[in-house]
Amino acid sequence: MKLITKLWMGIGVLIILSPLGLMLPEHFKAGSAWGEWGIDEVQKLVGYIPKGLEKLASLWNAPIPDYAFKGWEEKGLPSLSFAYIISAILGIAIVVTIAIFIGYVLSKKED
Amino acid sequence: MHIPDGYLGPDSCGFFYAVMLPIWALASRIVKKSLKAKQVPMLAIGAAFTFVIMMFNVPIPGGSTGHAVGGVLVAILLGPWAACIAITVALVVQALLFGDGGITAIGANCFNMAFVLPFSGYYLYKAISFKAPAGSGRRVIAAGIAAYIALNLAAALTGFEFGIQPLLHKTASGQALYCPYGLNVALTAMMGEHLLIFGWIEAIVTALVVKYLQKQSPKLIKEGKVA
Repeated sequence: MKLITKLWMGIGVLIILSPLGLMLPEHFKAGSAWGEWGIDEVQKLVGYIPKGLEKLASLWNAPIPDYAFKGWEEKGLPSLSFAYIISAILGIAIVVTIAIFIGYVLSKKED
Repeated sequence: MHIPDGYLGPDSCGFFYAVMLPIWALASRIVKKSLKAKQVPMLAIGAAFTFVIMMFNVPIPGGSTGHAVGGVLVAILLGPWAACIAITVALVVQALLFGDGGITAIGANCFNMAFVLPFSGYYLYKAISFKAPAGSGRRVIAAGIAAYIALNLAAALTGFEFGIQPLLHKTASGQALYCPYGLNVALTAMMGEHLLIFGWIEAIVTALVVKYLQKQSPKLIKEGKVA
């Protein structure tokens, strides 16, 4: 098997395993990454919401926030894990398409 | 390590976009000179790898989470300039599509994870593995050490960027406008968790993949560099 095929399979395995990145923090009751709190959490941590943070925090409405489908926030871990895998597949499809496009534009076509 | 919108003031956001623009321009010029068509799939795999590895949030029990970036591995295999492009693509998609990292902070996040991390990691790896044969154990160790130090360097910068905000922006009553924590708290938190946990994960992942590739494709380890 060609190395490149093995590497793509490796990426595939990582996609399938990716919900571990959701389940382990849940299991060990770990919260957000440091400095990546939502504004409610900031309020709890420091007792107020910094004005600029409050204004900018909602600047961008990501279509799939935190790798979860909108409206699925209250669904259980299996649904969230499913959304996580779909997000990984979708994200990688887009990242790969852009990288190949950039690579195609930048690479020397003659060889 | 993905700084969200609202944690950096407009001046910091603008500053890091201004720093990254010439770096991105230079990266495309340098990669254009050396990238061969047959290396494009590796560029895509590199971008895909860093995207997915960052989804593996590792918990600190009862505390926060963090993750590896995989950027040093991509730099070892593709060279730092191509790695800069691959990681940038992953970070931009994470910000726009998944809200992982703010859009105002793309400049800063790319400076930390797509510039400082792959470049410091790449040159540390080069220095430690200097003249080592492709199959040498020194390369595996070099990859691990470079990954550990580079991730911590990126974490320290992130902590610094968070921590200077209260110095730059305060209301008259003394409340912070953006990140509310100062340098001592931000640096201690970011450095502590990356030195103790996440740096080791970056090191182990990087070293293991280099070891695997030594067996699979010594040529890639020896000369896989794109730019």
